[in-house]
Amino acid sequence: MDEQTLKISKIKDGTVIDHIPPGKALRVLSILRIDDHVENSISIGIRVTSRRLGTKDVIKIENRDLEKFEVDKISLIAPDATISIVSNYEIIEKFPVELPQRILGIVKCSNANCITNMKEPVQGEFSLLSKKPLLIRCNFCERTMNEREITASLI
Amino acid sequence: MLRNKSVVSINDIGDDELSEIFKTAGDMEKVLRSGRSLELMKGKIMATFFYEPSTRTRLSFESAMQRLGGSVISVSEAKSSSVAKGETLADTVRMAEGYSDIIVIRHPMEGAARLASRFTSKPIVNAGDGSGQHPTQTVLDLYTIRKELGEISGKTITVVGDLRYGRTVHSLVMALSRFNAKVNLVAPPILKMPDHVVSMLPADFHLNMTENLSDVLPETDVLYVTRIQKERFSDPNEYQSVIGSYKINLETVEAMKEKSIIMHPLPRVDEISPDVDSSPKAAYFRQANNGVPVRMAIISLILG
Ligand SMILES: Nc1ncnc2c1ncn2[C@@H]1O[C@H](COP(=O)(O)OP(=O)(O)OP(=O)(O)O)[C@@H](O)[C@H]1O
Ligand SMILES: [Mg+2]
Ligand SMILES: [Zn+2]
Repeated sequence: MDEQTLKISKIKDGTVIDHIPPGKALRVLSILRIDDHVENSISIGIRVTSRRLGTKDVIKIENRDLEKFEVDKISLIAPDATISIVSNYEIIEKFPVELPQRILGIVKCSNANCITNMKEPVQGEFSLLSKKPLLIRCNFCERTMNEREITASLI
Repeated sequence: MLRNKSVVSINDIGDDELSEIFKTAGDMEKVLRSGRSLELMKGKIMATFFYEPSTRTRLSFESAMQRLGGSVISVSEAKSSSVAKGETLADTVRMAEGYSDIIVIRHPMEGAARLASRFTSKPIVNAGDGSGQHPTQTVLDLYTIRKELGEISGKTITVVGDLRYGRTVHSLVMALSRFNAKVNLVAPPILKMPDHVVSMLPADFHLNMTENLSDVLPETDVLYVTRIQKERFSDPNEYQSVIGSYKINLETVEAMKEKSIIMHPLPRVDEISPDVDSSPKAAYFRQANNGVPVRMAIISLILG
C-alpha cells in the first residue's frame, strides 16, 4: 500500500452496488432513503476509476438488503449497475440490475393532466419502450418520459 | 371481433376490426336511409358520462344507441354530481357497471377512459380524454376518406391547425400510419405535434412537418382542418397571424386538386370561411353525418 491509496475496509454482510454512472451515487442513496438518520455503515465511491467504465460510482452498505422495487428503481437511473450480496466477507450472489418491461409504482407520470395524478386508486404504470436511450410510456395517458423526466419523477 | 372490447385508443382497434366497422357502418347507413328501425340493441343500456361539454359527440352516441333500439342513461353534468362529492372515477365506473351494458366517457384528463376500463368488465368507449385520444372520431374520419375517395392507401392527407392539443389529430395520424398514406403536418412551431405522438409512429411512415400550407396544397387529397384556440396563445398578435396564415378560403380550394376534399371535426370557428361550404370539396358536413352510422357500427359490434 503506497501513500496514494486509501484502503476501504471490507464489509462482513451487506450489499455492494457497483458500476453506477459517475455522479449518480447520491441519487441511488436517495432511492434507498438513506439520509442523515442512517445507521448502517456505508462507503461511497464517487467518480472512482474503473477498468471497465473509465469512471464509475460504487456504494457498499453494511447490513442492508435491497427490495425488488428498490432494484427496479436503481435500474432506471443506473441501468448497468451490478448488485453483489456479501455474506461473511464473500460475495454469495451477484446480478446485474434489469429494467423491468412493466414499471409499476415507482415513477409518477410527468404529465400533470394525467388521470393517475388524481386521487384515483391506481399506481403509476409504464411500459419500457427503449433502454438506450431510456424511454418509457405511461399506460394510461400514453405520454413518453425520457431519462431526465424519469429521474425527476421517481417516487 | 370487437365483442366486449373497450375502445380507448385507436390502437385498440385492429385492422380486421376496422374493416368490419367500415362494412357494418355502410350497412347502417343503408338502414338509416331506408327509415327502417332496428332492434339489435333492444334491452341494452348505454351509460354516457360527459365530464366535459360536448354536443356533437354525445348526441351522436346517444342517437346511435337509440337507432339500434337500445336505451341511454346519462349524467349530463357529470362534473356537478359525483366529482363534486369527491368520488373517484374508478368508483363512478364500478357503480355504473350495474346500470349499463356499455359505458361512454368524455373526460378532461388524459388516460381517464383507460383508467375506467380497469375498473369494470363492461366495455368502455373513449369519447375523448383531455388532449389524448378520440378513437370513434378517428374511425369516422377514416370512414369518410374511404367513402369520399375510394381508399386511404396511397393518399396524401394534410393536417393543419392545432396539432399539439387537438386530440382528434393524434388519433388520426396514428391511424393513418397503419395505411400506406402520406401525411403532411402543417402547424406553427408552438402548435406542432408533440414528440410523444410522433414517437409512436413507425419510423418508415411518410411524415412531413412544415409551417407552409401552400407548398403542400397541390399534392393534397385530404385537407384536414382543426380549430386553433385563442387560449393557446399568450400573445394575441401571434394568434391573429397564425389564424391569418391558415385560414381556408376559396383561394385555398382553387389550389387543391380536382378530386380532393376538405374535412373538419367541427365545430369550426374562423378556420374555414363560409363561402367554401358550397364547394363540392367541402366534406365536413358529410363527415359529421357519418358519425351516427359509424358509432352504430361500433356499438353493435361491441355488444353484438
Ligand atoms: N467483502 C466485501 N466488502 C466490500 N466490498 C466488496 C466485498 N467483496 C467484494 N466487494 C466489492 O464488490 C464488487 C464486486 O466484486 P468482484 O470481486 O465481483 O469485482 P470485479 O472483479 O471488479 O467484478 P466486475 O466485473 O463486476 O467489476 C467490487 O466493487 C468489490 O470491490
Ligand atoms: Mg470491477
Ligand atoms: Zn400518464
